[in-house]
Amino acid sequence: MTDPDRPFDRERAMSVMASAFRNLVPYNAALDLEALDADRGLAVMRLPWRADLVGDPVREILHGGAITALMDACSGASVFFAMNEAVPIATLDLRIDYLRPAEPRKAVIARAECFKIGKNVAFTRAIAFHEDASDPIASAAGTFMLATKGDTVMRRGGA
Amino acid sequence: MTADELRARLAEARDGGAPGRFVEAIPFARFLGLSVEARGDELVTTMRYDPKLVGNPSVPALHGGTMGGLLESAAIFALLLAPETTGMPRIINITVDYLRSARPIDTHAAAVITKQGRRVTTVQAHAWQEDRQKPVASAHLHFLVQEG
Repeated sequence: MTDPDRPFDRERAMSVMASAFRNLVPYNAALDLEALDADRGLAVMRLPWRADLVGDPVREILHGGAITALMDACSGASVFFAMNEAVPIATLDLRIDYLRPAEPRKAVIARAECFKIGKNVAFTRAIAFHEDASDPIASAAGTFMLATKGDTVMRRGGA
Repeated sequence: MTADELRARLAEARDGGAPGRFVEAIPFARFLGLSVEARGDELVTTMRYDPKLVGNPSVPALHGGTMGGLLESAAIFALLLAPETTGMPRIINITVDYLRSARPIDTHAAAVITKQGRRVTTVQAHAWQEDRQKPVASAHLHFLVQEG
């Protein structure tokens, strides 16, 4: 499914991520997810800090559930960027480890990599951090089923 | 909100037999549209369907991230019901299994504490829609038990 000889069209990938993920995926839009970067098999996204996404009102940090959504969306995007032709995908499982406490009132950036794409299953790893990728607050491992039912927003959004 | 204020609110909800009020203390639980009710000796958390929760409009299916948020919240509510829990539980990790496509309807979740350790608590959570025998997602979680 991956053709390493074909150059990666970063501009198109960024525009697909911005329009498809933000405008065609209601939950990503509700969280204000922002596309920051893309490359072959790689996606970077930002989840802003917002008062209504807080999990612990004393520490004022984002709820793990919001970070799970960021990791899921970013990992899924990295799978799309590992394919030459977008097919629908579905998360099979996602594990998130919280490495250290998140900081109050800070946005979280996720950087996900699809490091193996097979015929049926794609494998991803991701980290989440505030400003410094070498000091992550969380890491994730995911698997995705390929060619599931329905249409992919990546194809429809990919004008 | 101070730690003492939070502790007081959580204790009031638990001791007053009003676990539904846990939701009021957690902004993200309100954002997801969660409600909590006691059914027998378990808590059932319901995520009311809202168009903003959709992940793929063509199926249509709820976003996988909403399932993770619902399952983690159900686990936290189960912990908050335990008298040993004094503050907001701190998550160590979560593994979510996506079992079926979640349709655009209300989703329910319940959690069981499988091991209450001195430092770490292990929780299992399940989410279902119309038929509890057909779960849409499940999760396995670890939390750090807060001291004091």
